[in-house]
Amino acid sequence: MKKHLAFFLAMLMLLGLLCGCKGATGKNTSAGMKDNSITVGIAQDLDNSLDPYKMTAAGTREVMFNIFEGLVKPDKDGNFVCAVASDYSVSSDGLVYTFILRSGVVFHNGAKVTAEDVMYSFKTCASTSVTAALVEALSAVDAYEVTATQFSIVLKEPNPDFLSYVCNVSIVPKDYHDQDTAPVGTGPFKFQSRRVLDNFVIVRNDDYYGQKAHLSKVTYRILEDNTALFTALNSGSLDLVAHLTIDQTKNLTNGYRVAEGTMNLVQAIYLNHDVKPFDDVRVRQALCYAVDVDAMLKLTSGGHGTAVGSSMYPAFGKYFDESLANAYPHDIAKAKQLLAEAGYPNGFSFTIKVPSNYQPHVDCATVLVEQLKAAGIDAKIQLVDWSTWLSDVYKGRNFEATITGFDSSTLNASGMLARWETGNGKNMINYSNADYDAAYRAARATADDAQQTQYYKQCLAILSQDAANVYLQDLVDFVATHPKLKGYEFYPLYVMDMSLLYWDK
Amino acid sequence: MKYLAKKLAALVATLLVVSLLAFLAFQVIPGDPTTKILGTEATDEAVEALRQELGLNENVFVRYFRWLGNFLTGDFGMNYSRHMPVSQLLGDGLVVTFALTVLSFLITVLVAIPLGILGGSARSQLLDGAFAVVDQAVMSIPPFFMATLLTWVFGILLGLFQPGRYTSYADSIPGFVACLIMPALSIAIPRIAMTVKMLRSAIREEMERDYVRTARSRGNNRRAILARHVLKNAMVTTVTFLAVSAAEIMTGSIIIEQVFGLPGVGQLLLEGISNREFLTVQAIVVILAAWVVVVNFLADILHQLLDPRVRYE
Repeated sequence: MKKHLAFFLAMLMLLGLLCGCKGATGKNTSAGMKDNSITVGIAQDLDNSLDPYKMTAAGTREVMFNIFEGLVKPDKDGNFVCAVASDYSVSSDGLVYTFILRSGVVFHNGAKVTAEDVMYSFKTCASTSVTAALVEALSAVDAYEVTATQFSIVLKEPNPDFLSYVCNVSIVPKDYHDQDTAPVGTGPFKFQSRRVLDNFVIVRNDDYYGQKAHLSKVTYRILEDNTALFTALNSGSLDLVAHLTIDQTKNLTNGYRVAEGTMNLVQAIYLNHDVKPFDDVRVRQALCYAVDVDAMLKLTSGGHGTAVGSSMYPAFGKYFDESLANAYPHDIAKAKQLLAEAGYPNGFSFTIKVPSNYQPHVDCATVLVEQLKAAGIDAKIQLVDWSTWLSDVYKGRNFEATITGFDSSTLNASGMLARWETGNGKNMINYSNADYDAAYRAARATADDAQQTQYYKQCLAILSQDAANVYLQDLVDFVATHPKLKGYEFYPLYVMDMSLLYWDK
Repeated sequence: MKYLAKKLAALVATLLVVSLLAFLAFQVIPGDPTTKILGTEATDEAVEALRQELGLNENVFVRYFRWLGNFLTGDFGMNYSRHMPVSQLLGDGLVVTFALTVLSFLITVLVAIPLGILGGSARSQLLDGAFAVVDQAVMSIPPFFMATLLTWVFGILLGLFQPGRYTSYADSIPGFVACLIMPALSIAIPRIAMTVKMLRSAIREEMERDYVRTARSRGNNRRAILARHVLKNAMVTTVTFLAVSAAEIMTGSIIIEQVFGLPGVGQLLLEGISNREFLTVQAIVVILAAWVVVVNFLADILHQLLDPRVRYE
């Protein structure tokens, strides 16, 4: 009897444990529908500092977009719309930007937004921002002029891109010093709490001046392990997850809707021009001919993604030139011929350093190696972790070739193109082309928007002709949402706008 | 007393070696914490100023001994990318990891011992065979795979719990414990199988011994012998094994935390390594090493208490 009893007790204990963790899961309803909240899964914790001028990670900006606003802010079509300002005008010489402050805008701490706060924000941003391009743009400010309802910026020289920098200056309350840990802005959501490696919670700002958010609360759950994130999504614990891979969307079995957008970046094989044989334009062109971008997209992402052809992605409709994507059609014979002309009739070998934490880059590199073999080029993949990539490849420029994606941190074309100017601190490929430098400088110097666009397009054409890099694609971005969660919109920049989401009951 | 002093000296030496190795490893691997803190857009002056502030430009050994001095006085330093004292960061993480360890250990002990006795005393050939097969199979499943399996079966197919949900102990203790059950089972189940196998074979071995035969011939029944004599002897190795398990469970929980998204020291360790936060990694490595050494030491003492024949001198 006793042994049966022991067995029975053991089983009972197991059963008890299993029942103890029973949660409330329904197939087609989410726990969040009841209290009008959602849980969003994110793959990395936010930066330690939530101060808008000190944020560095794209994942942090993506979340804080809901909390901070500038005088103007980007909309889903990439236009700048009024936010803390209700109207603005630019003087005919392009030197004076005048913003009318919207009346009745309050900070999350209840204080009214005044012109003094705006000036404080610009001055603090100019002196403390970690974004070098923003600091540089603001250094061209000659003076700020403040009245009770108006804020003017006088520039030393015209800058047609200036509004995109204004957009990046989050308006914060004057003399508030806890932005690091308790951020206060004017956006449609307020910061509520955060817990290291666990969650980040924002709640609706009921005093918002514009269209108020539908959801009352958004909890970001941090799951750094990719499998854990996917499992949580597939089980229905999460209502929304962005940046999924094609394989993950295929494995999703819980009936969630999948929307497709783009990552808004330029993925390319970036070549170090200071290293032989990549100093020879013919070798770079040969690589471009040897790579079949369409086949690569089919193999790595089921044909999703957009070929780019130069350092600009399609969301920048004004500058993007579709024809450049076909500048180098797949042509092995031509690649071999170019290599022979350059003195490498039997091909050559090189190492491509790939950041191991970005699966799309790893996948593309794998396909690349196979494609280059056909042209007699022997490429070897060396996986490096992200910290190593940053210090060795990006900062140290100690590489032959690497694969990564660049986006525009300042929401304008110069954010994409400034880095390829000779001697630029971020010019990690050591690119140097006098024609490019001249075109880029001309673009920066002009106050005329149409003319500037022409110059930027010229820059892009030069990068293509010169085969500065082997340009691949703007990566596809998949977002999975609960079938009853509606309103998700893709932006032409790396943000998730939570104010548009609502439960369709 | 002499034994204790010797053990203590060994403990200190182990920790010194471990911490020095971890420190040196950080000198060998490329990468530097400033890029994570300041981002890729930062100016060179800002990077240099931060390197100066963090003391990264100084000699390796100077830095090691400064760290050691601070560590011994209880100052674990700062986690730069989180701008938090390491001790505060670890405090929260350790609660999670320790709770997970304790729960896994309790489940292991409470399930394995009855099952082991049952397996050891079974007389039916069929039952015994089945027991051995199942035991061997479960034992070969690594905890991280067990975690995936449990999540899939109980989380997705049966919907008994919500994968990826976590309730902090600060919000609700029962909710916190509920979140730890699946992770704890993932660690405990393979370990239960190991313990059962050990206890089962120990009991079988003891049952073959002369004293059992003698007791039987004197008319004692099998069950009484099992309870009164065999179990006590068979338990010696099992208890020692369980004690050592306590150390392995804690180190093993690092992977399991990752699978279930629990904010324990395992996640902090991995994050620390990828962000090159050497102070955080140092502290965790030393704490884990200390736990392993101390638990092994306690296991020795326990073994000695249970089996008076054993004497460590």
